[in-house]
Amino acid sequence: MTVTFYVPRDSGALALGAEKVARSLQAEIDTRNLDARIVRNGSRGMYWLEPMVEVETPNGRIAYGPVKASDVAALLDNGMAEGGVHPLWLGLIDHHPFLAKQTRLTFARCGITDPVSLEDYRANDGLKGLENALKLTPAEIVAQVTESGLRGRGGAGFPTGIKWKTVLETTGSQKYIVCNADEGDSGTFADRMIMEGDPFVLIEGMTIAGIAVGATKGYIYTRSEYPHAIAVMNEALEIARKGGVLGSSVLGSSYAFDIEVRVGAGAYVCGEETALLESLEGRRGIVRAKPPLPAHKGLFGKPTVINNVISLASVPVILDKGAPFYKDFGMGRSRGTIPLQIAGNVKHGGLFEAAFGLTLGEIVDDIGGGTATGRPVKAVQVGGPLGAYFPRELFDTPFDYEAFAAKDGLIGHAGLVVFDDSVDMLKQARFAMEFCAIESCGKCTPCRIGSTRGVEVVDRLSANIEPEKQIEVLTDLCNTMKFGSLCALGGFTPYPVMSALTHFPEDFRPAPIAVAAE
Amino acid sequence: MQSASTDIASRAIGIIDQLKGKEGPLLPILHELQDEFGYVPPETLPLIAQALNISRAEVHGVFTFYHDYRDHPAGRHVLKLCRAEACQSMGGDALADRARQLLGIDWHGTTADGAVTLEPVYCLGLCACAPAAMLDDEVIGRLDAEQLEEIAAEVRL
Repeated sequence: MTVTFYVPRDSGALALGAEKVARSLQAEIDTRNLDARIVRNGSRGMYWLEPMVEVETPNGRIAYGPVKASDVAALLDNGMAEGGVHPLWLGLIDHHPFLAKQTRLTFARCGITDPVSLEDYRANDGLKGLENALKLTPAEIVAQVTESGLRGRGGAGFPTGIKWKTVLETTGSQKYIVCNADEGDSGTFADRMIMEGDPFVLIEGMTIAGIAVGATKGYIYTRSEYPHAIAVMNEALEIARKGGVLGSSVLGSSYAFDIEVRVGAGAYVCGEETALLESLEGRRGIVRAKPPLPAHKGLFGKPTVINNVISLASVPVILDKGAPFYKDFGMGRSRGTIPLQIAGNVKHGGLFEAAFGLTLGEIVDDIGGGTATGRPVKAVQVGGPLGAYFPRELFDTPFDYEAFAAKDGLIGHAGLVVFDDSVDMLKQARFAMEFCAIESCGKCTPCRIGSTRGVEVVDRLSANIEPEKQIEVLTDLCNTMKFGSLCALGGFTPYPVMSALTHFPEDFRPAPIAVAAE
Repeated sequence: MQSASTDIASRAIGIIDQLKGKEGPLLPILHELQDEFGYVPPETLPLIAQALNISRAEVHGVFTFYHDYRDHPAGRHVLKLCRAEACQSMGGDALADRARQLLGIDWHGTTADGAVTLEPVYCLGLCACAPAAMLDDEVIGRLDAEQLEEIAAEVRL
């Protein structure tokens, strides 16, 4: 019987040496003349254990990690092919607490299947959502998505079904599905993991969206910083075309749909949907004023659904298992699951998909295991560079769109960056302003000028020049940026700045000069 | 000299012709030109404008808006260091200072021997194994000072 080994091709695993491990394993297989094959899967999302090698056994998949190329021979000597015990042995991977505690709906296959095997995809419930969608009318598909309660996972949290309904009801000679895969927020990698680990789920979700609103062409706009995701996505698209999933007849139906990958060029602001559309059209990524909404006048002025990768990748399971199934997870108006990305200075960093409602403390302390450095957690930035810094006092905040908004924060794309007590929050506030200045598209004044002035004010503050006045100016400036900017870049930069100032005021006051007691 | 620029022009025209039929072809063309030449030769911008029937100013505007496009060749290697928050939380700033010191260049600079160009990057999506870097096409996670020194020596060989 052929033994199957799994060595991830996810770029997180590659960054930690997975390619060398795979080469070493193949060399050992050849030398030892083993009847074995290596599948290059996606990542399970447990990055502290990457590169993680798995082997298929009659009882399930046994994992080892983190594996170095130099460990491979010893692992095989210890019977890795049969799941033999070794210091790197992790046991049955499905029983690993980090995975067992998750609710994997969107990431159900990620790390399990061969990302570029349509057979694997089908064998693991793939295409069932699309098959169901083909039995429904477009309005019924939209109704399912609306009923599921799915909200935009890119950060804005707008109900996906309502967006689709608007496009469905808008007439146009051509409509588009645009997938926003411009995942530029620090601390986020869910889009990348899906594209590298289960690209067919995104293809399926986009195809369902196309059928639902009457679009025949889809674009995936992703980042040049993601070369591996681009390669896997393109490979999967070709396989989907050959397999009859995409093309003039989707799964033999009367619907036509095709998808093309487009690559950005290092502009963060292109993750903003209207800047993204400008970029796709071949222009500078300058934010458009709304209205018109992209749903009415989007790409090339045509009705366009523009959704984040995770929103689209969550659609197949909704159409497969039904809206009530999906809606049953979550809390309040945040329904379904959210792939949390736990990153930065954290012991157990990775992707954790769970129903909404876990508290920030549970995520950081229990799941993440605290900091990697072992020092106390000082702050957690939630939602990328435009998200607020949360102190430990707010760790009881449940992960939910509204609950975070109530604490002057946002969940954004659900990335969490953990910082230990060595972080200087004044420096982080400065960085937020600096980043905004670097990435501003330049269209509106509060963002373009405000960010540069913001850096200067923070610099004066750190030089202890009239600190009270600087804090007043900074607060006023943030207010102007928040309410006066055209898009979230200028509008949300105040979140990290003001949260740093509010929750960590001690970092904004220079250390008092020691005065002799007598 | 004459033949070199004619060669660039003819190769560029080949690329432009191949891609100009796409919807929104400008970014794909600029990417392909940069892949072909290692930078976007400034003399190709008017050719693009002509082929797409847009103004030279518009092409220039797009070319200069995006951080990725270069108007001159990079070093033999390009080292991108992530400067974003997740990498900062794991000591990215100190590593970045060390890199500039080791290579003797600032951001966007190229060493005098043409060996390496240092670029900042804002997130490689490797935030759970920070600090992250990319050397040419190779992604690197949990970068440390020792590894950085190896890279700095390696790229100069």
